[in-house]
Amino acid sequence: MTRILSTREEFGRTLVRLGEMSRDVVVLDADLSSSTCTRMFADRFADRFFNMGISEQDMICTAAGMSLAGKIAFACSFAVFVTGRCWEQIRQSVALPGCNVNIVGTHGGITVGQDGASHQALEDIAVMRAIPSMTVIVPADAVETRKAVEAAAWYDGPVYLRLTREKLPIIYPDEKRFRIGVGTLVRDGSDVTLCGIGLMLHQALEAAALLQTEGISARVLDLATVKPLDEDLVWRCATETGCVVTAEEHSIIGGLGDAVGEVLLRRHPVPMERIGVRDAFGRSGSPQDLLEYFELTPAAIAEAARRAIRRKAS
Amino acid sequence: MRHDAQSPRIRDPEQLREIARQMRVSIVRMIHHARSGHPGGSLSCTDILTCLYFAEMQHYPFQPYWPARDRFVLSKGHAAPALYAVLKHSGYITQRDLDRLRQLGSILQGHPDSRRCPGVEASTGSLGQGLSVAHGMALAIRTLPRRPRVYVVLGDGEVQEGQVWEAAMSAAHYGTDNLCAFVDSNGLQIDGEVGRIMGVEPLVDKFQAFGWNAMEIDGHSIEAILGALDRARAFSGKPTAIVARTIKGKGVPLFENQVKWHGKCPNDDELALALRALGEP
Repeated sequence: MTRILSTREEFGRTLVRLGEMSRDVVVLDADLSSSTCTRMFADRFADRFFNMGISEQDMICTAAGMSLAGKIAFACSFAVFVTGRCWEQIRQSVALPGCNVNIVGTHGGITVGQDGASHQALEDIAVMRAIPSMTVIVPADAVETRKAVEAAAWYDGPVYLRLTREKLPIIYPDEKRFRIGVGTLVRDGSDVTLCGIGLMLHQALEAAALLQTEGISARVLDLATVKPLDEDLVWRCATETGCVVTAEEHSIIGGLGDAVGEVLLRRHPVPMERIGVRDAFGRSGSPQDLLEYFELTPAAIAEAARRAIRRKAS
Repeated sequence: MRHDAQSPRIRDPEQLREIARQMRVSIVRMIHHARSGHPGGSLSCTDILTCLYFAEMQHYPFQPYWPARDRFVLSKGHAAPALYAVLKHSGYITQRDLDRLRQLGSILQGHPDSRRCPGVEASTGSLGQGLSVAHGMALAIRTLPRRPRVYVVLGDGEVQEGQVWEAAMSAAHYGTDNLCAFVDSNGLQIDGEVGRIMGVEPLVDKFQAFGWNAMEIDGHSIEAILGALDRARAFSGKPTAIVARTIKGKGVPLFENQVKWHGKCPNDDELALALRALGEP
């Protein structure tokens, strides 16, 4: 029986552990501390938690100032606000001076669900990737979230960490190693490589199981660090399987698909298919209905894999 | 000079006026040499920066990363020449650095870059962000034993940015009294008079309404600036805003109160005129 855990709650618990380890860890939030789970840190370390109110721009720059004075800052809100509302503040005050600010966006992607388009971040990975020196991480379960948050804290430089609202099944053992910029081979296979992040890694694993019933052997990669991407792993898998499918809960513009595509174009062009939201805003609905509406399902990934394999043969 | 030497704390207004004059000469010369830059807003905040670096702040130019130093953030980053002049005159950087302003590979970028230049505390240039950054620093260091202070200079056009008022709200909310903000109120912005483009007054009332200790002074009176800094330091429980009424291009009659000198480089003749006005042979 697979355990299902909230990545947000694991994030909150990890912050508390980091707070115990170092007095330099500070956390800022913009009035969403119960949703982002930074409330756990606030309850424990009131003097190191700063609720900045509903003002993401001020929050980001305040975090930058704290970082410039030697703190390890976490600035947290919903993914759509913490990357979009203050993008230029992140560029100018965080990334340009190389601040150790960890920007954490929870509620990323379409599975925010009922709240609809205004709250569904589908462009956050693209806009964060575009900023020089920014690291972008999208963990796929609570274990990877914990490791990624720890790695981000000790990494000297700006990091964007994207989490989901929905709970995710645990796929990694507690002793999993996480290193920024290193992907994980989650399932081996020889006919096609499926690359996933976050929730879509789970969809890719289900797709691989579907394909197996048809005699197709699919390899599955977790490319949690979208930037810097594990280029060598992508290249090696493209070489060995001959075609690639990417899957992300994000616009197909500028996200994981484009990051993988850039590597393939430069190093080893093979047939490639992208699963993601096709240049559209989200909308209200249950998470499951939305995944089906936007074709972010195991069946859609499996179909894309069949297309890629056909293109490889022709 | 000893390498642990603290920057001098000068209280004599005459000496400070002479330093400010030399800084203005450096500003005009470096912009002329670089062939571009912003003279107007650099000259309007020169007296404020002089008082901060030579009378008020505790800092060690040869130990620019001393954790308990007082800090300065130039939120109106386009006045970089004024910051570079004061860094040079206090010993962080050299004349050779000033001569390479805005050139490829220089530590002196067109707008301040904290990663490249010692003594530059924050990267600015995009307006409206420096008050938040300074507030973050002030919050982070206010628990240090000597309780260092953070100073920031904003432009009066800059306060049109909404984020300035987000920061004004949060600094008051956290009672960050080791934060002191100057508004270099020279009345002009690129497109014209601040009051005509987008009125910002009454600034003192606005800061007071936001919960700040706020006052208005003549931003070119050394005595007034020193007095305001004394009052800011003595005030506890609230951040302080000092609205400094200034003249854009101050010290060079050719530039004074002229919008066109916001971001214009003087030619050789204009440089000669400016230097003569500043009392240089």
